[in-house]
Amino acid sequence: MKLDLTDLYVFMLAGFIGFEVIRRVSPLLHTPLMSLTNALDAIAVVGAIILAGEGKSTLATVLGTIAIVAATSNVVGGFVITDRMLRMFKASGPQRPGPR
Amino acid sequence: MIGSEHGIEIAYLVATALFILSLKWMSSPTTARRGVRAGEVGMLLAIIGTLLHRGIVDYTWIAIALVLGSIIGVPLGLVQMTAVPQRTALSHAFGALCVTLVGTAEFTLQAPKVPPFLMTVLAIEVILGSLTFTGSLMAAGKLQEVLPQRPITYRGQNLVNLALLALAFGLAAYLVYDPRQTWLFPAMVVIALAFGVLMIIPIGGADMPTVISLLNSYAGLSAAAMGFVLDSKLLIVAGALDGASGFILSVNMSKAMNRSFTNVLFGAFGQVQAAAAGAQEARSVKSATAEEAASILAAANKVVVVPGYGMAVAQAQHKVRELYDALSRRGVDVKFGIHPVAGRMPGHMNVLLAEADIPYDHLLDMDEINGEFAQTDVALVIGANDVTNPAARNDASSPIYGMPILDVDKARTVMVIKRGMSPGFAGIDNPLYYLDKTLMLFGDARAFVGSIVRELAGGENG
Repeated sequence: MKLDLTDLYVFMLAGFIGFEVIRRVSPLLHTPLMSLTNALDAIAVVGAIILAGEGKSTLATVLGTIAIVAATSNVVGGFVITDRMLRMFKASGPQRPGPR
Repeated sequence: MIGSEHGIEIAYLVATALFILSLKWMSSPTTARRGVRAGEVGMLLAIIGTLLHRGIVDYTWIAIALVLGSIIGVPLGLVQMTAVPQRTALSHAFGALCVTLVGTAEFTLQAPKVPPFLMTVLAIEVILGSLTFTGSLMAAGKLQEVLPQRPITYRGQNLVNLALLALAFGLAAYLVYDPRQTWLFPAMVVIALAFGVLMIIPIGGADMPTVISLLNSYAGLSAAAMGFVLDSKLLIVAGALDGASGFILSVNMSKAMNRSFTNVLFGAFGQVQAAAAGAQEARSVKSATAEEAASILAAANKVVVVPGYGMAVAQAQHKVRELYDALSRRGVDVKFGIHPVAGRMPGHMNVLLAEADIPYDHLLDMDEINGEFAQTDVALVIGANDVTNPAARNDASSPIYGMPILDVDKARTVMVIKRGMSPGFAGIDNPLYYLDKTLMLFGDARAFVGSIVRELAGGENG
């Protein structure tokens, strides 16, 4: 059998890209960064969807369904809160921010 | 001809690119919201593509679960900004739960004939997922204060934890060798779940930024392992990006606390407070009233505010914004100096201050602000303690010696808003408070800042 390392190459390259890209994120945005990566990470939902839809066994369907709920709540909640946080970051414009 | 299977693969490829762009655009506040859009589009593409998957025979449960997840997700996206650390910990738990459940289901479908490589990545996926699940729940519970925040330590704690982790990986190794021993799988899961709990028990509040970052990294790596199991490049990339992000943040946090990374990896947190606590001689401090503080601040040219977790606890950020406005109107240059581990997660203080409408170009991190203290008239410390302790710089016997700090003691005058003279989380006395140039402002942060603002307004009118 020929050893297929494609997935490991993908993992390694993505890791290097991750380091280079994330190193450039300002500490200012580290909290939204974490909630964004969390939402992106919930892409695991694709695995759960297939599991729940294939109906290979009752157990797999049940576990898949719960997994979809968990991941979807991360997708929705993660994007919503990241955007809410980022909306709050405003630069001081030409005029001084006055009192409300 | 391009069939639907090809279409799905192309959707995944585009989603992968969008995810990378999404993180790239996070580098600056001006492009960051575009980054969120890119992430959302990528996610939507991937989910739609997946729903077209030919193997799916029944959509009932998928639809119910997607709706239910969205219903749970919305309130999780709308929590108060002060609750963001526990929300983040909770979402790490959800992510890890998803990964663990899918891994477990895959095992039940494949067992007892599981090829060695598949069993290896399955075991990594499920072990990391399980320990992240319980660990994140524990962290969320501590942050929400439903669990005791005090670190619980006992003799041989690290040994017990390491032994458990080794046992979990030992069982995994045996499963790779002989996957017919299916009963080992639940045993492995239970041990990893227990390890997650025990890993967080010795951790106190001030160590939370490191721990949350570390759990973030584990959650990412477990998702990447799931990508290997399902042979999904998209998932491998997303998991690797998340893992790298969490890893970088944990290294940043451990550097900012002067801990070695191995120290962090093995969960040996919260050991600092074992030392010190003694040697509290009665030295005199100078205290000042809000009126005195206001007149000094009004006469200053440059003020640096140093916020800490105490500001978040007192919900003082909106009063701080009023102070910022009042001083800015008088022509005082007000900046904020933010230590990487101020608060309960990376970037916590920035989010709270941005929520209070303080422009982000006035929020400076430690390296940017430290050079400016020498030209600063007043450094105003609100609810921060250890991150301003000059002992970290000049007292080799101090438990926090070597930790990078904000050099507030270089400012002409230092004001510290504090409830009383009790030492901070680490139980370490802060020599800053006894300096001649330091004025202690005793009281609740929000109330005290509020009275300074009133004094400043009174002076304006009269």
